[in-house]
Amino acid sequence: MIAAAIIGLVAGIAAGLLGIGGGALFVPALVLLLDLPQVDAEATSLLAIIPVALVGAAQQHRYGNVRLRDGLLVGALAVPAAALGVVVVNAVPERAIEVAFAGLLLFVAAQLVQGARAVNE
Amino acid sequence: MPRRRTLALAAIGSVAGLFSGLFGVGGGIVMVPLLVLWLSYGEREAAGTSLAAIVVIATAAALTHGAYGNVRLTEGLLVGLPAVGGVLAGTWLQQRIEPRTVRLLFAGLLVLTAGELILG
Repeated sequence: MIAAAIIGLVAGIAAGLLGIGGGALFVPALVLLLDLPQVDAEATSLLAIIPVALVGAAQQHRYGNVRLRDGLLVGALAVPAAALGVVVVNAVPERAIEVAFAGLLLFVAAQLVQGARAVNE
Repeated sequence: MPRRRTLALAAIGSVAGLFSGLFGVGGGIVMVPLLVLWLSYGEREAAGTSLAAIVVIATAAALTHGAYGNVRLTEGLLVGLPAVGGVLAGTWLQQRIEPRTVRLLFAGLLVLTAGELILG
């Protein structure tokens, strides 16, 4: 339980530093340390993300880093796809989706590193 | 707002929403790099704007999961409350380090997440 809380703290730091919700750490912590089934862990992670993102966004707003109109537009336009994703994950096995997602992340990471190198030159 | 930019925001939202629903994440892992690479956001603005969008996305996805009865309140508080403290620290820290460092940390996060997904 303490380990899960510590991972929660680390996930929050990552959330503030990188602009993510922290779900990439919440989900494995809930599955591996608190013995939740995968789908319940995902649902619970989403619940935990709400206050984290709310507080993080408020802080970033104070620092002048939030383009509120863009953020709300992206969020609102994401709602149907998010609901669809939840329906899908409740209906199908996840392995193929996980591997495809991993491939996409590696591609995006390569783009970011390449971009950072270009900025440096 | 130019039409092309609105379409880009719509595409980013749709992809982020799908990932959020499928993987139980906020979707920041796709929004932040896309805001940087497509719309030339700075690293800090991308992070701040992503967090604002995540509030809406995670609420919608959690409510949908709630309809299936999958949400566990106690466990959510156990990881979520320490994370609220963490996000204050992380946001503070982000204002004090180089944007380029933030970018490389983000690339590291993507590689780690991909490895975790592949290894299961």
